[in-house]
Amino acid sequence: MNKSKLALTLLAVATGLIGCGKEEPKKPAVTQAAPPAPPPSIEIKIGHVGPLTGQIAHLGKDNENGARLAIDEANAANIKIDGKDAKFVLVAEDDQADPKVGTTVAQKLVDAKVAGIVGHLNSGTSIPASDIYNKANLPVISGSATNPKLTEQGFKGQFRVVARDDQQGPAVANYLATAAKPKLVAIIDDATAYGEGLANEVEKSLKAVNIKVLPREKGTDKTSDWKAILTKLKGRNPDAVFYGGMDATGGPLLKQGRELGVKAVFSFGDGACTDDMTKLAGAAADGLLCSQAGLPPQAANKKFLDAYKKKFNVDPILYAPFTYDAANLLIAAMKKANSADPAKYLPELAKLDYQGATGKIAFDDKGDRKGAEITIFTMKDGKLSPIAIIKGGQTVSYEDYVKASAPAPAAGPAKDAPKAEMKK
Amino acid sequence: MDIFVQQLVNGLTLGAVYAIVALGYTMVYGIIQLINFAHGEVVMIGAMVAFTVINALAAAGMPPLLVVLIGTGCAIPVCMLVGYSMERFAYRPLRGAPRLAPLITAIGVSIILQHLAMLVWSRNVMAFPQIIPLTTYSFAGATITGVQIVILSLCFAMMAGLALLVYRTRLGTAMRATAQNPQVARLMGVDVNRVIATTFVIGASLAAVAGVMVGTYYGVAQYTMGSILGLKAFAAAVLGGIGNIPGAMVGGLLLGVVEALGAGYIGDLTDLCRYGPLASALGERCADGGHFVLFGSNYQDVFAFVVLILVLVLRPSGLLGERVGDRA
Repeated sequence: MNKSKLALTLLAVATGLIGCGKEEPKKPAVTQAAPPAPPPSIEIKIGHVGPLTGQIAHLGKDNENGARLAIDEANAANIKIDGKDAKFVLVAEDDQADPKVGTTVAQKLVDAKVAGIVGHLNSGTSIPASDIYNKANLPVISGSATNPKLTEQGFKGQFRVVARDDQQGPAVANYLATAAKPKLVAIIDDATAYGEGLANEVEKSLKAVNIKVLPREKGTDKTSDWKAILTKLKGRNPDAVFYGGMDATGGPLLKQGRELGVKAVFSFGDGACTDDMTKLAGAAADGLLCSQAGLPPQAANKKFLDAYKKKFNVDPILYAPFTYDAANLLIAAMKKANSADPAKYLPELAKLDYQGATGKIAFDDKGDRKGAEITIFTMKDGKLSPIAIIKGGQTVSYEDYVKASAPAPAAGPAKDAPKAEMKK
Repeated sequence: MDIFVQQLVNGLTLGAVYAIVALGYTMVYGIIQLINFAHGEVVMIGAMVAFTVINALAAAGMPPLLVVLIGTGCAIPVCMLVGYSMERFAYRPLRGAPRLAPLITAIGVSIILQHLAMLVWSRNVMAFPQIIPLTTYSFAGATITGVQIVILSLCFAMMAGLALLVYRTRLGTAMRATAQNPQVARLMGVDVNRVIATTFVIGASLAAVAGVMVGTYYGVAQYTMGSILGLKAFAAAVLGGIGNIPGAMVGGLLLGVVEALGAGYIGDLTDLCRYGPLASALGERCADGGHFVLFGSNYQDVFAFVVLILVLVLRPSGLLGERVGDRA
């Protein structure tokens, strides 16, 4: 009885499938003959990968939410691709921030026939996975991986919408050099592609302005005991400490540093530049200097911020605006090419000029974002507040930047501009 | 010199925690010659239970000391229960089996406990709420925090308490009798099963306290924290001579100090630019105060195991262990 039922269902599904397959070639005739008939729909899968478990699961979820919002909005907008109703589906995967899992998951997405990928979150997982996507000719846009190597491999389909570490490193190093005026800096990293890469860039930039740097200290991305390293550093009495790593390890580092009485200014890269720092390090987090490889989430456009808050009931933490833009870029390119076939829409993606939640996005030859911003933050009373924006080597204080950019959308129509100024 | 004292203080704190965990290994080994590899997970469960309770109570705004005490008070019975059920359901049925069987079972229990914890508490890091005000004291040029003082004194108190229990009470006599020869102990009227179960329960309660201490010390707890801590404590127990209670204490403290000093100084010692002829051979890399560090402080976790290997090669019975041919 059961068996025959199963067979029946299978048969039904099979006929359904065959039916669909047959319908496709007929389609133009159908649409021409009877326009009111509902157009056939096509399902477009877009993959997202980030760590949804593990120490930085909160950041992975943040990234995924950004992409999910873009997909939901695209579905609500009834986009038509190749004359068919496009139904976008987000295939969200968890890479546990582990390079090994990252490649497994990448293969899984390739096998699932996704049309494009947003991710991964970490450089350490993005780089090995990029090879798999490249072999499958799939476009990938990372909204948060900052290691330069990612786009230096010559892969046609690899893009990113954030700044690279060789932009971020010098930016945070120069800011540190001018703001804290250190004579001696200690640099620690977590021995990951991201942490070590960023730390190397910072070291290079500091040495270039004749600041002495202590021999590199290293932990791992799971270290919770930093006391031995910090004690050693305390003996050298550095004026500043830079850590290349994520917030889950940076928090204990900062907390233990203050406990030991290390007086240096602490400075972190984007991976540890989150509000979670307050939870992990407590009052010790105050005075932290850190950078993000893009505009701060609160500087993303209002429409995005409101939609995000409404949908997920939280504020974006770090790179959600960027994964939102990344997903939208894929969709925009598909729209422009009128196809979800990677081979067809990839050329469009490469030359897209797009106005996203994080500003204007266009890619250079390597797939990096042109004119990407870097923001410097400081931790004050348990909240990260942006203090400066660095773009193309120019440092602008955050207030000036907001002032310069805020009237722009309001002053869109030329006539309104003088009025807006009068009010001020 | 200040730095040396500071590393020593860090190492002693860490070592005291290792010692408490090592006691759990050594007591069980002493009695039934089983290396209970799941002991590290009991420490983790202790930390997780305490953190859950502490996070809940801290939100309610209770006084910090009371919150931590209640948290520990909840962790201890949970760990005792885990320790008891471990012995009752996993090890007791294998009491007469070849020694390899319970050993493999112990590894299995460890994996099961870790994954159960993952299901209960998720993979995310739990942060210790910032409720304990940071108090620091200066001591011979080193900084010692209030938490460190509490950890150190509590560890020594527990070690003393355990020594009293084992060497001065009837239960302790029964434990030592069982350790020497379970058959004869049973003939003498000792309830061997009860004694063994009690040993597990005592070890587990020590582990619970160690879990709370290590969690509070670092400020974070996660479901994976038990395995490496357990292995290091096991190394400490072997270092001191497994089965030997004072040995575990000495081994733990020594291992903590070795680890802290090792991590603190290995970078300098293996900086090839410090050694004249090598520096000139390296030329440019050492020029202008450059460094060429062979092993950095990320090798911190390796020291415990280097020590373990050295002990096994040079003195298999450990520092304080006596040579008993048929027991190792």
